[in-house]
Amino acid sequence: MSDITAAPAEPLRKDRAALGGAPGIAALRHIAPPAPPGPMSNALVFGWRAILKFRHVPEQLFDLVMTPIMFTLLFTFVFGGALAGSPGEYLQFFLPGILVQTVVFNSVYSGMGLSTDFQKGLFDRFRTLPIWSLAPFAGLMVGDLLRHLIAGGIILGIGLILGYRPEAGVIGTLLAFAMLLSIGFGMGWVFIVLGLLVRTPMTVMTLGFTILFPVTFASNIMVDPATMPGWLRSFVEVNPISLMATALRGLMSGTASLSQIGLALIGPVVLTLVMAPLVLWLYRRR
Amino acid sequence: MTNDASNLAICARGLVRRFGDLTAVAGIDLDVRRGMIFAVLGPNGAGKTTLLRMLATLTAADDGTATVMGHDIAAAPQKVRASIAMTGQFASLDEDLTGRDNLMMLARLWGFRGRAARIRADELLAAFELSGAARKQVKDYSGGMRRRLDIAASLVVTPGVLFLDEPTTGLDPSARKGVWHLIRQLAESGVTILLTTQYLEEADQLAERIAVIDHGRKIAEGTSRELKAATGSGVLHVSLADQSQLEAAAELLAARLGSAVQRSPEGAELSVPAGNAADANAAIAALIAAGVSVADFRLGAPSLDEVFFALTGQPATSETPQNPEEAAAS
Repeated sequence: MSDITAAPAEPLRKDRAALGGAPGIAALRHIAPPAPPGPMSNALVFGWRAILKFRHVPEQLFDLVMTPIMFTLLFTFVFGGALAGSPGEYLQFFLPGILVQTVVFNSVYSGMGLSTDFQKGLFDRFRTLPIWSLAPFAGLMVGDLLRHLIAGGIILGIGLILGYRPEAGVIGTLLAFAMLLSIGFGMGWVFIVLGLLVRTPMTVMTLGFTILFPVTFASNIMVDPATMPGWLRSFVEVNPISLMATALRGLMSGTASLSQIGLALIGPVVLTLVMAPLVLWLYRRR
Repeated sequence: MTNDASNLAICARGLVRRFGDLTAVAGIDLDVRRGMIFAVLGPNGAGKTTLLRMLATLTAADDGTATVMGHDIAAAPQKVRASIAMTGQFASLDEDLTGRDNLMMLARLWGFRGRAARIRADELLAAFELSGAARKQVKDYSGGMRRRLDIAASLVVTPGVLFLDEPTTGLDPSARKGVWHLIRQLAESGVTILLTTQYLEEADQLAERIAVIDHGRKIAEGTSRELKAATGSGVLHVSLADQSQLEAAAELLAARLGSAVQRSPEGAELSVPAGNAADANAAIAALIAAGVSVADFRLGAPSLDEVFFALTGQPATSETPQNPEEAAAS
């Protein structure tokens, strides 16, 4: 209202500029909170944030797919012939496995992201907002699933170019991706817990890969365990990662049995049931 | 002025927080009237941040109670959150997102939908002179811009109480003045502000009331004038011509005036609370009689720095960075 009296406006503005202040604050409307949004709406905002990150930091995609692409090329062309007779035959065996590995490895990044957010104090802001307390994690999951879809799509695309053919066709591939997302969802919780417990993102990564390397290599992702020593084979056969890879192979080649699918889902279901309440507890305690 | 519950923005009784063996906050009472700027002043590690975090529902209190805008922090944290905002010591922003995206994200979390969120974000950006940088990622912002955006992020919905944890730490003098100006404007608009600071000048400049905190306890509270008055009528400042006489002079002054003597870090300056001009005069005469060459002396009202010294027996460390890592990083 005082803006109408034009005379003092000019010197006043100069005055404020000299103070280095923000002349607009006084004009800022008082805003009362709108109707409180529901938990779903809160979660979607965090999902939107994850999507924005892709736009602003596209290079993160590079991190996500470089390792699996290198693995695919190396294993197919360097070891493929020796392991399966020909690179083409090996790729047919290896591709569903590397999809599982991609998703499992990429779950580490959500733990790193979380640890970064905590370190930067971003969560302090979120926790002083009147929102559903689990919304940030739900949003993190949305971002994760998106990352898994994109990375999985790129690896599958490269596989198709190199000659991989999913015998179960489009339906089988879609089912396989649904399975991949379930795996990613389950594994995500592990690294959210790690992100909550560990102070620095680098430590989350180091710890994550220290756990994941032995578990993914001592599985049937790369080679048939038939030639492994007995003690190792008995571990590989019950390793949840092997069960996941077996189910994915089955789904993509159209030979999956219900029991294979069920066994593969045990890991993600158990992880969700155990880790989700743990996340809530750790978060509230922090 | 009565401090009944209805005109108190914050009312805390016996707040305690321990971290293992360390008691960060050891029983603090606080009454903050609505609409005022209240400063919590103290050195690093005094418990300021922990106190703020308890009131902002970020850290649970081990003992004691508090209400913020009439809501109990333990029983109704969600209601407290709906009426506060907090700007922490380090910019709590998503560095990968643009300034506008950060504000839109918060507006949406508060429940603004679609266009309303964008409008609110743009209003805030304009008010804080950040419109030009709206589409820049926050990681490319200067320190002053970050701090402004961080405060803007606390005003998406006008809070009843705004908590500011060391709002000007790490800012250059001109950015610091800008933030001060902003805090005053906010208070004028009716927002209660509780800020922590280790800068005595900042508390003196901004706050209507000041609580001095040390080792988790409130050691004094009042207006800046009251705190200064509590140290006596004045402080005697003495400059020596010969720095080697510093210790001898300090001992003599302490004995004469019966108060602890503060030594300036630059060397040959001493300050000591003096009851009145006659005492000060006698002390100076005694110094000269003892052969101390006095270059300059004056009697003045105590600065908050001296108040802090009188209250705690140690100087308030103000300009040193919080931890060595930060110093190395900057």
